[in-house]
Amino acid sequence: MTQWLAPMESYIALSAVMFFLGVVGVIARRNPLIVLMSIELMFNAANLALVTFAKLWANNAGHIFAFLVVTVAAAEAAIGLAIVVVAFRRAQYVDVDEASVLKG
Amino acid sequence: MIAFWLLSFALIATGVFTITASKPVYSVVGLLGNFVILAILYLTLNAEFLAVIQLVVYSGAILILFLFVIALLSSGVKPFDIGPDRAPRIGVPAFVLALIGLCVIVFSVVRAAVVGAPNAPEGITGQADAFGSVGDFGVALFTKNLLPFEVTALVLMVAVIGVVLLAGDEKPAPPRRKPHARDLEREPIVKPVEKLIR
Repeated sequence: MTQWLAPMESYIALSAVMFFLGVVGVIARRNPLIVLMSIELMFNAANLALVTFAKLWANNAGHIFAFLVVTVAAAEAAIGLAIVVVAFRRAQYVDVDEASVLKG
Repeated sequence: MIAFWLLSFALIATGVFTITASKPVYSVVGLLGNFVILAILYLTLNAEFLAVIQLVVYSGAILILFLFVIALLSSGVKPFDIGPDRAPRIGVPAFVLALIGLCVIVFSVVRAAVVGAPNAPEGITGQADAFGSVGDFGVALFTKNLLPFEVTALVLMVAVIGVVLLAGDEKPAPPRRKPHARDLEREPIVKPVEKLIR
Protein backbone atom coordinates (compact mmCIF):
# COMPACT_ATOMS: atom_id res chain seq x y z
CA MET A 1 0.00 0.00 0.00
CA THR A 2 1.43 3.31 -0.99
CA GLN A 3 2.27 5.83 1.65
CA TRP A 4 0.05 8.66 0.51
CA LEU A 5 -3.03 6.49 0.57
CA ALA A 6 -5.22 6.68 3.65
CA PRO A 7 -5.86 3.40 5.42
CA MET A 8 -8.75 1.42 4.11
CA GLU A 9 -10.62 1.74 7.38
CA SER A 10 -11.03 5.45 6.80
CA TYR A 11 -12.61 4.79 3.43
CA ILE A 12 -15.07 2.38 5.02
CA ALA A 13 -15.85 4.84 7.80
CA LEU A 14 -16.41 7.54 5.20
CA SER A 15 -18.75 5.20 3.36
CA ALA A 16 -20.66 4.57 6.61
CA VAL A 17 -21.01 8.29 7.29
CA MET A 18 -22.31 8.88 3.80
CA PHE A 19 -24.76 5.99 4.05
CA PHE A 20 -26.27 7.32 7.25
CA LEU A 21 -26.48 10.80 5.79
CA GLY A 22 -28.68 9.15 3.19
CA VAL A 23 -30.71 7.42 5.91
CA VAL A 24 -31.33 10.73 7.67
CA GLY A 25 -32.39 12.28 4.39
CA VAL A 26 -34.85 9.49 3.64
CA ILE A 27 -36.39 9.61 7.10
CA ALA A 28 -36.47 13.34 7.71
CA ARG A 29 -37.29 14.94 4.40
CA ARG A 30 -40.75 15.19 2.88
CA ASN A 31 -39.91 16.15 -0.65
CA PRO A 32 -39.88 12.93 -2.71
CA LEU A 33 -37.13 14.28 -4.96
CA ILE A 34 -34.81 14.85 -2.01
CA VAL A 35 -35.74 11.41 -0.69
CA LEU A 36 -34.69 9.92 -4.02
CA MET A 37 -31.45 11.88 -3.91
CA SER A 38 -30.78 10.53 -0.43
CA ILE A 39 -31.27 7.04 -1.83
CA GLU A 40 -28.65 7.88 -4.44
CA LEU A 41 -26.34 8.91 -1.60
CA MET A 42 -26.80 5.49 -0.03
CA PHE A 43 -26.11 3.75 -3.34
CA ASN A 44 -22.90 5.71 -3.65
CA ALA A 45 -21.85 4.87 -0.11
CA ALA A 46 -22.30 1.19 -0.90
CA ASN A 47 -20.29 1.65 -4.08
CA LEU A 48 -17.48 3.31 -2.17
CA ALA A 49 -17.35 0.36 0.22
CA LEU A 50 -17.31 -2.10 -2.68
CA VAL A 51 -14.49 -0.27 -4.44
CA THR A 52 -12.54 -0.06 -1.20
CA PHE A 53 -12.80 -3.79 -0.60
CA ALA A 54 -11.84 -4.43 -4.21
CA LYS A 55 -8.70 -2.40 -3.62
CA LEU A 56 -8.05 -4.14 -0.31
CA TRP A 57 -8.13 -7.57 -1.87
CA ALA A 58 -6.72 -6.52 -5.25
CA ASN A 59 -9.69 -8.16 -6.90
CA ASN A 60 -11.93 -6.42 -9.36
CA ALA A 61 -15.08 -8.35 -8.57
CA GLY A 62 -15.97 -5.38 -6.39
CA HIS A 63 -15.67 -3.12 -9.42
CA ILE A 64 -18.01 -5.37 -11.38
CA PHE A 65 -20.50 -5.31 -8.54
CA ALA A 66 -20.29 -1.52 -8.25
CA PHE A 67 -20.91 -1.30 -11.98
CA LEU A 68 -24.09 -3.35 -11.56
CA VAL A 69 -25.13 -1.12 -8.66
CA VAL A 70 -24.75 1.91 -10.91
CA THR A 71 -27.09 0.44 -13.51
CA VAL A 72 -29.62 -0.53 -10.87
CA ALA A 73 -29.41 2.99 -9.45
CA ALA A 74 -30.09 4.42 -12.87
CA ALA A 75 -33.15 2.22 -13.28
CA GLU A 76 -34.32 3.10 -9.78
CA ALA A 77 -33.95 6.82 -10.39
CA ALA A 78 -35.86 6.62 -13.65
CA ILE A 79 -38.77 4.66 -12.18
CA GLY A 80 -38.84 6.67 -8.96
CA LEU A 81 -38.98 9.94 -10.86
CA ALA A 82 -41.71 8.55 -13.11
CA ILE A 83 -43.73 7.67 -10.02
CA VAL A 84 -43.19 11.19 -8.66
CA VAL A 85 -44.37 12.70 -11.93
CA VAL A 86 -47.47 10.50 -12.03
CA ALA A 87 -48.31 11.26 -8.41
CA PHE A 88 -47.88 14.98 -8.98
CA ARG A 89 -50.05 14.86 -12.08
CA ARG A 90 -52.75 13.04 -10.17
CA ALA A 91 -52.93 15.05 -6.96
CA GLN A 92 -50.76 18.17 -7.37
CA TYR A 93 -48.74 17.50 -4.28
CA VAL A 94 -45.06 17.07 -3.66
CA ASP A 95 -45.07 15.53 -0.23
CA VAL A 96 -44.46 11.94 0.76
CA ASP A 97 -46.66 12.36 3.86
CA GLU A 98 -49.65 13.22 1.73
CA ALA A 99 -49.29 10.25 -0.57
CA SER A 100 -51.82 8.02 1.12
CA VAL A 101 -53.88 6.85 -1.85
CA LEU A 102 -52.91 3.24 -1.27
CA LYS A 103 -53.90 3.35 2.39
CA GLY A 104 -56.42 0.61 3.08
CA MET B 1 -3.23 11.34 3.03
CA ILE B 2 -4.04 15.02 3.33
CA ALA B 3 -5.85 14.78 0.03
CA PHE B 4 -8.02 12.02 1.46
CA TRP B 5 -9.03 14.08 4.47
CA LEU B 6 -9.80 17.11 2.33
CA LEU B 7 -11.84 14.98 -0.04
CA SER B 8 -13.70 13.20 2.72
CA PHE B 9 -14.52 16.47 4.44
CA ALA B 10 -15.82 17.87 1.17
CA LEU B 11 -17.78 14.66 0.55
CA ILE B 12 -19.51 14.83 3.91
CA ALA B 13 -20.11 18.57 3.56
CA THR B 14 -21.77 18.17 0.18
CA GLY B 15 -23.78 15.24 1.53
CA VAL B 16 -25.04 17.32 4.43
CA PHE B 17 -25.84 20.14 2.04
CA THR B 18 -27.77 17.69 -0.14
CA ILE B 19 -30.06 16.51 2.61
CA THR B 20 -30.54 19.90 4.27
CA ALA B 21 -31.04 22.12 1.24
CA SER B 22 -34.33 23.94 1.20
CA LYS B 23 -34.97 23.49 -2.50
CA PRO B 24 -34.42 20.37 -4.59
CA VAL B 25 -32.34 22.30 -7.10
CA TYR B 26 -29.81 23.12 -4.39
CA SER B 27 -29.85 19.45 -3.45
CA VAL B 28 -28.99 18.54 -7.01
CA VAL B 29 -26.04 20.93 -6.93
CA GLY B 30 -24.84 19.40 -3.66
CA LEU B 31 -25.23 15.92 -5.07
CA LEU B 32 -23.27 16.93 -8.16
CA GLY B 33 -20.35 18.02 -6.00
CA ASN B 34 -20.68 14.82 -4.01
CA PHE B 35 -20.49 12.67 -7.14
CA VAL B 36 -17.49 14.51 -8.55
CA ILE B 37 -15.58 14.15 -5.27
CA LEU B 38 -16.54 10.51 -5.12
CA ALA B 39 -15.14 10.02 -8.63
CA ILE B 40 -11.82 11.47 -7.42
CA LEU B 41 -11.90 9.08 -4.46
CA TYR B 42 -12.46 6.20 -6.89
CA LEU B 43 -9.36 7.31 -8.74
CA THR B 44 -7.34 7.10 -5.53
CA LEU B 45 -8.64 3.55 -5.17
CA ASN B 46 -7.45 2.51 -8.67
CA ALA B 47 -10.99 2.30 -10.01
CA GLU B 48 -10.48 4.24 -13.21
CA PHE B 49 -13.46 2.94 -15.13
CA LEU B 50 -15.83 3.44 -12.22
CA ALA B 51 -14.63 7.01 -11.82
CA VAL B 52 -15.55 7.74 -15.42
CA ILE B 53 -18.84 5.88 -15.05
CA GLN B 54 -19.56 7.89 -11.93
CA LEU B 55 -19.12 11.14 -13.84
CA VAL B 56 -20.95 10.07 -16.98
CA VAL B 57 -23.86 8.09 -15.57
CA TYR B 58 -24.47 9.80 -12.25
CA SER B 59 -23.48 13.39 -12.85
CA GLY B 60 -24.39 13.28 -16.50
CA ALA B 61 -27.54 11.23 -16.76
CA ILE B 62 -29.21 10.77 -13.39
CA LEU B 63 -28.81 14.33 -12.16
CA ILE B 64 -30.04 15.73 -15.46
CA LEU B 65 -33.08 13.50 -15.04
CA PHE B 66 -33.62 14.98 -11.59
CA LEU B 67 -33.26 18.50 -12.98
CA PHE B 68 -35.79 17.80 -15.72
CA VAL B 69 -38.33 16.46 -13.25
CA ILE B 70 -37.81 19.44 -10.94
CA ALA B 71 -38.29 21.82 -13.84
CA LEU B 72 -41.38 19.92 -14.94
CA LEU B 73 -43.01 19.91 -11.54
CA SER B 74 -42.02 23.41 -10.52
CA SER B 75 -43.72 24.93 -13.52
CA GLY B 76 -47.12 24.11 -12.04
CA VAL B 77 -49.41 26.67 -10.51
CA LYS B 78 -49.00 25.55 -6.93
CA PRO B 79 -45.88 26.25 -4.91
CA PHE B 80 -43.49 23.40 -5.00
CA ASP B 81 -43.20 22.80 -1.29
CA ILE B 82 -46.38 23.08 0.71
CA GLY B 83 -46.21 23.37 4.45
CA PRO B 84 -43.32 23.14 6.83
CA ASP B 85 -40.66 20.56 6.45
CA ARG B 86 -40.76 17.40 8.47
CA ALA B 87 -37.21 17.83 9.67
CA PRO B 88 -38.00 19.70 12.93
CA ARG B 89 -40.37 16.99 14.07
CA ILE B 90 -38.55 13.88 13.03
CA GLY B 91 -35.05 15.16 12.45
CA VAL B 92 -33.79 14.39 15.95
CA PRO B 93 -35.04 10.78 16.08
CA ALA B 94 -33.73 10.22 12.58
CA PHE B 95 -30.37 11.63 13.55
CA VAL B 96 -30.21 9.47 16.69
CA LEU B 97 -31.16 6.36 14.71
CA ALA B 98 -28.54 7.10 12.11
CA LEU B 99 -25.95 7.81 14.78
CA ILE B 100 -26.58 4.43 16.41
CA GLY B 101 -26.14 2.63 13.10
CA LEU B 102 -23.06 4.68 12.39
CA CYS B 103 -21.58 3.78 15.76
CA VAL B 104 -22.15 0.09 15.07
CA ILE B 105 -20.33 0.30 11.76
CA VAL B 106 -17.51 2.47 13.06
CA PHE B 107 -17.08 0.13 16.02
CA SER B 108 -16.77 -2.87 13.76
CA VAL B 109 -14.33 -1.01 11.54
CA VAL B 110 -12.18 0.03 14.48
CA ARG B 111 -12.28 -3.47 15.91
CA ALA B 112 -11.22 -4.84 12.54
CA ALA B 113 -8.37 -2.33 12.53
CA VAL B 114 -7.26 -3.45 16.00
CA VAL B 115 -7.73 -7.19 15.53
CA GLY B 116 -6.62 -7.09 11.93
CA ALA B 117 -8.68 -7.44 8.81
CA PRO B 118 -9.09 -10.95 7.48
CA ASN B 119 -6.83 -11.82 4.65
CA ALA B 120 -8.30 -12.57 1.30
CA PRO B 121 -9.14 -16.23 0.87
CA GLU B 122 -6.84 -18.27 -1.26
CA GLY B 123 -7.48 -17.85 -4.95
CA ILE B 124 -9.38 -14.58 -4.69
CA THR B 125 -6.57 -12.11 -4.86
CA GLY B 126 -4.99 -11.64 -8.18
CA GLN B 127 -4.33 -9.23 -11.00
CA ALA B 128 -2.14 -7.26 -8.64
CA ASP B 129 -0.03 -5.76 -11.38
CA ALA B 130 -2.69 -4.30 -13.65
CA PHE B 131 -5.34 -4.02 -10.99
CA GLY B 132 -8.01 -1.42 -11.63
CA SER B 133 -7.04 -0.45 -15.14
CA VAL B 134 -9.77 -0.13 -17.71
CA GLY B 135 -8.42 -3.08 -19.64
CA ASP B 136 -8.41 -5.27 -16.57
CA PHE B 137 -11.98 -4.25 -15.79
CA GLY B 138 -13.10 -4.84 -19.35
CA VAL B 139 -11.57 -8.31 -19.56
CA ALA B 140 -13.20 -9.26 -16.25
CA LEU B 141 -16.53 -7.82 -17.35
CA PHE B 142 -16.70 -9.50 -20.73
CA THR B 143 -15.25 -12.88 -19.90
CA LYS B 144 -16.02 -14.02 -16.39
CA ASN B 145 -18.98 -11.74 -15.77
CA LEU B 146 -20.65 -11.70 -19.16
CA LEU B 147 -23.96 -13.02 -17.87
CA PRO B 148 -24.41 -10.30 -15.19
CA PHE B 149 -23.53 -7.75 -17.84
CA GLU B 150 -26.27 -9.05 -20.11
CA VAL B 151 -28.73 -9.15 -17.22
CA THR B 152 -27.96 -5.46 -16.76
CA ALA B 153 -29.40 -4.86 -20.21
CA LEU B 154 -32.58 -6.65 -19.12
CA VAL B 155 -32.84 -4.52 -15.98
CA LEU B 156 -32.51 -1.32 -17.98
CA MET B 157 -35.06 -2.56 -20.50
CA VAL B 158 -37.55 -3.28 -17.72
CA ALA B 159 -36.92 0.21 -16.33
CA VAL B 160 -37.51 1.83 -19.71
CA ILE B 161 -40.76 -0.06 -20.29
CA GLY B 162 -41.92 0.71 -16.77
CA VAL B 163 -41.23 4.42 -17.14
CA VAL B 164 -43.02 4.60 -20.46
CA LEU B 165 -46.04 2.81 -19.03
CA LEU B 166 -46.07 4.95 -15.88
CA ALA B 167 -45.41 8.40 -17.19
CA GLY B 168 -46.45 8.05 -20.81
CA ASP B 169 -48.65 10.90 -21.90
CA GLU B 170 -52.21 11.04 -20.75
CA LYS B 171 -53.70 12.01 -24.07
CA PRO B 172 -56.15 9.51 -25.51
CA ALA B 173 -54.86 7.24 -28.16
CA PRO B 174 -55.48 8.29 -31.76
CA PRO B 175 -58.85 7.13 -33.03
CA ARG B 176 -58.79 3.67 -34.36
CA ARG B 177 -60.33 2.69 -37.62
CA LYS B 178 -63.97 1.74 -37.50
CA PRO B 179 -64.25 -1.90 -36.64
CA HIS B 180 -65.65 -4.25 -39.17
CA ALA B 181 -68.61 -6.36 -38.31
CA ARG B 182 -66.48 -9.44 -38.30
CA ASP B 183 -64.18 -7.89 -35.74
CA LEU B 184 -67.06 -7.17 -33.42
CA GLU B 185 -68.11 -10.81 -33.43
CA ARG B 186 -64.76 -11.93 -32.15
CA GLU B 187 -63.78 -11.67 -28.52
CA PRO B 188 -60.80 -9.36 -28.12
CA ILE B 189 -57.82 -11.54 -27.45
CA VAL B 190 -55.48 -8.93 -26.04
CA LYS B 191 -56.81 -6.23 -23.79
CA PRO B 192 -55.47 -2.77 -24.38
CA VAL B 193 -52.55 -1.97 -22.17
CA GLU B 194 -54.07 1.30 -21.00
CA LYS B 195 -56.91 -0.50 -19.30
CA LEU B 196 -54.59 -2.79 -17.45
CA ILE B 197 -52.63 -0.01 -15.85
CA ARG B 198 -55.45 2.25 -14.89
